[in-house]
Amino acid sequence: MHISKRDGIATWKAWLIRLIAVLIALVVAGFVIMMVGSMRGVSLNPIKVYMSMADGAFGTSSSWMITKMRSWITIRDCMILTCIAIGLAPAFKMRFWNIGAEGQMLVGAIGAAFCMINLAGKVPTPVLFLCMVVFAILAGAFWGFIPGFFKARWNTNETLFTLMMNYIAIQLTSFCVALWEYPPGSNSVGTINGAGKPNTYIGWIGNLFKKGFDDDYMIVVLIVLFLAALMYIYLRYTKQGYEIAVVGESENTARYSGIRVPYVYMRTMAISGAICGFAGFLAVSAVSRTISIDTAGGRGFTAIIVAWLAKMNPFVMIGISALLTFMSKGAIQIASDFGLNEYVSQIITGIILFFILGCEFFLNYQVHFGKQKQ
Amino acid sequence: MNGFVSFLTSLPSLFQSGVIFGTVILFGALGEILTEKSGNLNLGVPGIMYLGGIAGLASTFYYENLLCHRLNIAPNPVLCIIICLAATFLAAACGGLIYSFLTISLRTNQNVTGLTLTIFGSGIGNFFGGSLNTLAGGVGQVNVKVTSELFRAFSTDLVKTVDGWTAKLGFGLGTMLFSYGFLTYFAILLAIFLWWFFKKTRYGLSLRAVGENTATADAAGINVTKYKYLATCIGAGVSGFGGTYYVMNYIKGTWENQGTIEALGWLAVALVIFATWKPLRAIWGSYLFGMLYWAFFYIGGLTRSSQELFKMLPYVVTIFVLLFVALRKRKEDQPPMSLGLPYFREER
Repeated sequence: MHISKRDGIATWKAWLIRLIAVLIALVVAGFVIMMVGSMRGVSLNPIKVYMSMADGAFGTSSSWMITKMRSWITIRDCMILTCIAIGLAPAFKMRFWNIGAEGQMLVGAIGAAFCMINLAGKVPTPVLFLCMVVFAILAGAFWGFIPGFFKARWNTNETLFTLMMNYIAIQLTSFCVALWEYPPGSNSVGTINGAGKPNTYIGWIGNLFKKGFDDDYMIVVLIVLFLAALMYIYLRYTKQGYEIAVVGESENTARYSGIRVPYVYMRTMAISGAICGFAGFLAVSAVSRTISIDTAGGRGFTAIIVAWLAKMNPFVMIGISALLTFMSKGAIQIASDFGLNEYVSQIITGIILFFILGCEFFLNYQVHFGKQKQ
Repeated sequence: MNGFVSFLTSLPSLFQSGVIFGTVILFGALGEILTEKSGNLNLGVPGIMYLGGIAGLASTFYYENLLCHRLNIAPNPVLCIIICLAATFLAAACGGLIYSFLTISLRTNQNVTGLTLTIFGSGIGNFFGGSLNTLAGGVGQVNVKVTSELFRAFSTDLVKTVDGWTAKLGFGLGTMLFSYGFLTYFAILLAIFLWWFFKKTRYGLSLRAVGENTATADAAGINVTKYKYLATCIGAGVSGFGGTYYVMNYIKGTWENQGTIEALGWLAVALVIFATWKPLRAIWGSYLFGMLYWAFFYIGGLTRSSQELFKMLPYVVTIFVLLFVALRKRKEDQPPMSLGLPYFREER
């Protein structure tokens, strides 16, 4: 067997390989589900399982109300995952391994929840939303800036630094939960400004323009699409985007051509953290309406994979996020339909990601079997 | 002042909790040190610990509760331990094999592959753990009592004798040093073995060469691929013991879906940095982490919220070590030079 590097690959061929990888992954995952089912004494038909997944994600075999609700929730979660991945894009482009999206998102969520709890009813709603967004962005930016600063100043290892920052953020969240717990003794914050409480629905997404809250999440979709376009332009057509690319390619080249590398590190990480913090705002205002250590729920880590697979292209990220969100929503449905537990979604996601990651090899390299012809 | 005195008297018991907690991450860290010495930064440690833990639990559950129960025989203690450890090592090494195949043969990005392995491993662990809990029925929790007690067994005579000697000091040295299950001491021996392996053997030298400068090692005729594969798979197997230690010793042969193993897995990655890639330093480092983690429990007068702040300590300390290492720039304390970097011979 002999391996050689490809000079390039036709776009259709590349997508064909990726499609084949996803299909093989689905088949493998199907077998795993069947095996798991037979262990538990349930006979599962993989096709039925995938149909059940579609039902879970989009409510395809349910009533119109449920179809609408489930679809919107899937779209919303896909958009939030995309938002985090967009935040990671500039850092990764700079070859700065920001593993800390989870923490940056959590501190953003803390900022947003703080405003929601303390300012609701005291300031006009538009001001409240402005405060939530600003607090979330500032908190996230600060959390991203710290590892950026130390990398710029003393060249500390950013992968490990950002990883530690996640856990500090998680403990900080636990601290805030204990501080703000409601009702006392429940060990959780509870739904903030929920039904039947004073300031009902204030700070919930969509509350800006009307009394209640949105059960469609159009506003989230629009914001994230706008961010995606902005990031696309930023990375591709601006001077700062160019600086990021040069620093990523070679720090020495960047220094030689007069780019202030430390400054670029700090600026880019602040931007990266700010967007992840904003995702934290979305997670509080549009999803859970509370704060807990599960507010980020591992999405910060999943987004790393999304950003990497999309090669930092924000629009490709939407597609990959959609696939992953579909899998996880679907798996929850399988779990309830077939009496399995919902962690099956992580197994399937893992298998699919392994295959998508692995198939990149066949895009970049050509494998020749048999004896080498000279 | 009073609080300080009560803190001092509770030190031995703090040390005990620290050791039990520390051994979980010591295994994780030792495996990861072995892996990282070959230049592979495997962020899949939490997933690998999940794989190890669930394999250890599930295999003993099938042996102890199903097979022996059905045949109506008493579980054989030696078999219990062998089955559990073998299953742990195999399952965890399989996780390492997936990672190795993807990063070394298919040349995928190490960080991304490791994180995927964490997602996959924690999925497998929690899925089968949850299923075992359902399968066990009754109280709704799986329990492998016999094996877990074997794992936690220690010689009470030895503990009592040594406690008697040190009774004058006001605390039992025997309880502090000898009241743990055999895996605790195995972890220490393993650390010493790894130190000897890295420093004193030819294979250890070659492995370090691969991690420091892969191209040079390749040119010197070292089979880089083989070293990377073996170090990563065996390292994963070792990390897996951390999961089993957690399941058998820390939570006494049960399973909980609370994501604790994942948090401990990341702490193991942190410990590797804290120990600056030195197995011997990882021993006391792990106990220190354990004591820092449990410190809140022994310091009086803390509210629940400030307890949470105390639990940050191990991570904050790790960041300081990271900074300190970067500032001091000592050659011996640096990570392996090609850590995290891919190696393709034809792209040098």
